[in-house]
Amino acid sequence: MILGQDGVSSGAIYALLALALVLIFSVTRVIFIPQGEFVAFGALTLAMLQAGKVPATVWLLVAMGAVVAVVDGLARLRDRDTEGLGSLLGWNLAYPLALAALLHAVESGGLPMALQILLTLAILVPLGPMIYRIAYQPIAETSVLVLLIASVAVHLILTGLGLVFFGAEGVRTAPFSEGSLTFGEVSINLQTLWVVGCSLAFIVGLAAFFTRSLYGKALRATSVNPSGAKLMGISPVVAGKLTFLLAALLGVFSGVLIGPITTIYYDTGFLIGLKGFVAAIIGGLASYPLAAAGAVLVGLLESFSSFWASAFKEVLVFTLIIPVLLWRSFNSHHVEDEE
Amino acid sequence: MKRIVQLFVLVLVLAAVPALLPPYYVTLLNYIGISALVAVGLVLLTGVGGLTSFGQAAFVGVGAYTTAVLTTSTSLPGWIAWAGASPWLALVAGLVITGLIALLLGSLTLKLSGHYLPLGTIAWGISLYFLFGTLDFLGAQSGISGLPPITIGSFSFDEGGEIYYLIWAFVLAAVVTTHNLLDSREGRAIRALKGGVVMAEAMGVDTSRSRIVIFVIAALHACAAGWLYAHMQRLVNPSPFGLHHGIEYLFMAVVGGAGYVWGAVIGAGLVTLLNQWLQDWLPRLFGHAGNFEIIVFGLLLLLILHRAREGMWPALLRLFRVKAEPKVVVEGAAALPRRTLPARGEVILEVKDVTRRFGGLVANKDMNFSMKAGEILALIGPNGAGKSTMFNQISGVDTPTSGEIVFAGQVVTGRDSREIARLGMSRSFQHVRLLPKMSVLENVAIGTHLRGSGGVFPSAWRMERPEEERLLAEAARQIRRVGLEAHMHDEAGSLALGQQRIIEIARALAADPSLLLLDEPAAGLRFKEKEALAELLKKLKAEGVAILLVEHDMDFVMGLVDRIVVMEFGQKIAEGLPEEIQQDERVLAAYLGGVE
Repeated sequence: MILGQDGVSSGAIYALLALALVLIFSVTRVIFIPQGEFVAFGALTLAMLQAGKVPATVWLLVAMGAVVAVVDGLARLRDRDTEGLGSLLGWNLAYPLALAALLHAVESGGLPMALQILLTLAILVPLGPMIYRIAYQPIAETSVLVLLIASVAVHLILTGLGLVFFGAEGVRTAPFSEGSLTFGEVSINLQTLWVVGCSLAFIVGLAAFFTRSLYGKALRATSVNPSGAKLMGISPVVAGKLTFLLAALLGVFSGVLIGPITTIYYDTGFLIGLKGFVAAIIGGLASYPLAAAGAVLVGLLESFSSFWASAFKEVLVFTLIIPVLLWRSFNSHHVEDEE
Repeated sequence: MKRIVQLFVLVLVLAAVPALLPPYYVTLLNYIGISALVAVGLVLLTGVGGLTSFGQAAFVGVGAYTTAVLTTSTSLPGWIAWAGASPWLALVAGLVITGLIALLLGSLTLKLSGHYLPLGTIAWGISLYFLFGTLDFLGAQSGISGLPPITIGSFSFDEGGEIYYLIWAFVLAAVVTTHNLLDSREGRAIRALKGGVVMAEAMGVDTSRSRIVIFVIAALHACAAGWLYAHMQRLVNPSPFGLHHGIEYLFMAVVGGAGYVWGAVIGAGLVTLLNQWLQDWLPRLFGHAGNFEIIVFGLLLLLILHRAREGMWPALLRLFRVKAEPKVVVEGAAALPRRTLPARGEVILEVKDVTRRFGGLVANKDMNFSMKAGEILALIGPNGAGKSTMFNQISGVDTPTSGEIVFAGQVVTGRDSREIARLGMSRSFQHVRLLPKMSVLENVAIGTHLRGSGGVFPSAWRMERPEEERLLAEAARQIRRVGLEAHMHDEAGSLALGQQRIIEIARALAADPSLLLLDEPAAGLRFKEKEALAELLKKLKAEGVAILLVEHDMDFVMGLVDRIVVMEFGQKIAEGLPEEIQQDERVLAAYLGGVE
């Protein structure tokens, strides 16, 4: 039962990551390996805030904002397009600096947890679109393979930075609420409930975003037919940035959720992200509900195999995927599509 | 000739290196060579074949561990003991084992299409890595040490400066054989994998076999690299065979230029040197606290990708304005044997009650018609009438829901398109399916695939050249026949759309078909070009080839064809001579709208 709970809660996290990966892939064709880094950064930034320190990630935000401001600012000046300059500088220079100043001014350790989480999101989520702008936008038209390698490069950079920012030691953040609920024989950890609840809320929220809002529909249109969407006036740049914003939000929030359950190191993100990827693949990088189901399967598989054969835990998770993959590829008989 | 001179100069330079450079750089070059060997395999697998593998490091591990166990163990079971006698025998054993593992993994995971495949490779990459670290007879985490050096006769490759020659001999052999392979009949089949599977199958290429072939070749390269690595280090442990190294090999291939064999060597050199220099220099600048080299390494990689998307090698070629030399067509090459065409008037194709449903949509309903040898039949009808569906079913791309298609006396319903191609059917596509980066000549040569038999090994060592000359001469003959000789050595993608359609016809003709299916061949052609095409088709007809056309250009159709089948909403509404069809009430209604 404990194992089942563990499995479901890590499965819920993988589901969020899988959603983010499916989203990014279908809109931009990027296989976003650094998704896991958002998780690790989320948990570690929150931990620094809770320890009353100014998280070093805010300087990353300042630096990347500055790069974007310079690159885009110069382009705008060249095109004599001064209209958007204000918001560009506002978001990429003023906002990060203001946030840095704020973090220096307040004693973050004493803040209520909800505010700490909000600060974490405020620092990390804007990194998503900035990463897209810097790393992917200039090569958005290339092959999936080149984009994949770019992803690996971004992953290396972020892990390296993670070590610089957070050091090699792992941390756990304080749980949202202590204790557990007991139903007869069964006791359920409150943090597990938080994780599952928040994940479900997120999934429902995303579904609403994609079916109800104009931007959500625009993203869906882009993923179905990029050139068609482009002709309808949906900018691929905006779509890309928006996707990365959402993915960053999902990633960081997963980090915040998982922080109290497992010890997070600066490089934990990779394996977590990889398992999200496994889940996404089970969903065929296309279907959100299947990806979510796959995630819970991976979570359960992992927690049971870590109990029965812990030495082979990772091997089992990855090799048991092969039959699933085979089953899927045999069943999805598809004729080569026209490119 | 020029190529041989270049290669010779390169060999001289490489041979002089250990005498000129300090041992530190020789060691670096050893590592570069070993990585390059793996990366060459990846160029073939990923860059050319489009199959992304993260798992090559595991094959390097198989090669290294096989030789380590065989050459150090004192208690080998009898059946394998022979392989422990010398590292060379252990290499053979390693290659056999790797080949078997690759065949098994390949037959399991290569069925995975698209993005399942990279994940599959991660899965077995990680699994093999963990096995190295947990199995006791492999020394678990501490590995195996005390490997003997490789020897040839009484000479032993002890020092870095000695094994250097062995490593680079392997690299050069790999580069040259891969180059040769890609420039051959098999190579064209491999290059067609990326973006042209339906086309390749229609030309008779067994694409699943091609996938397995390149997978096994890439694995064997990795295994040889592992063997060299093990005997250079004289010890093995699991750490160099993990997923991260698998990713690094992929890096090398992509940074160097994923589609270029020399790119693998450049990429391996660049990545290894960058890694090494950053590890040497950055701690002096920033201190040892952080892992700065990986950050800078990542940033530089991004920069390279942004500046040279296709990798360093093509960027270098552009920089030095190196142009690919056009292929030499040997005019005197003996013509290929021709198929004996069926006697004029003999029925060659029969379509019986063919129905094709896509869910609720009936694309073809109870279609019936037949064709005779030496006849030109046009299939016409408004857009959406089901003509292309009919085409796909005849050529084996699609299978009818019910009904039967008989071609050349055999029922072909449900057969693969490459088997049907072997029976003598060849086709062009409505949406042009050429390989835009390959020359017109090579594109057309794909059509000759079934008329040659040169396999992988003969191609790699250039033992199939007489046959290759004949295939290329045949391709050139067909190009001349359709009037495109001026563009023979141009990239196919650089031609106008109408001309690309003509290339498709030449490619179909290169297969020496008895039935030719042409999907809108005249679309995008100018008046004179259409006339020339009509002339060509009439000539083919006179030779006894049957031609089935889908075409919208009525002037073109009416003056050319013997009979017409008219389709609307998936059904045949009329069949007859051109003059009859022009008068047919139902046809007029279908095309011009009914008169109420």
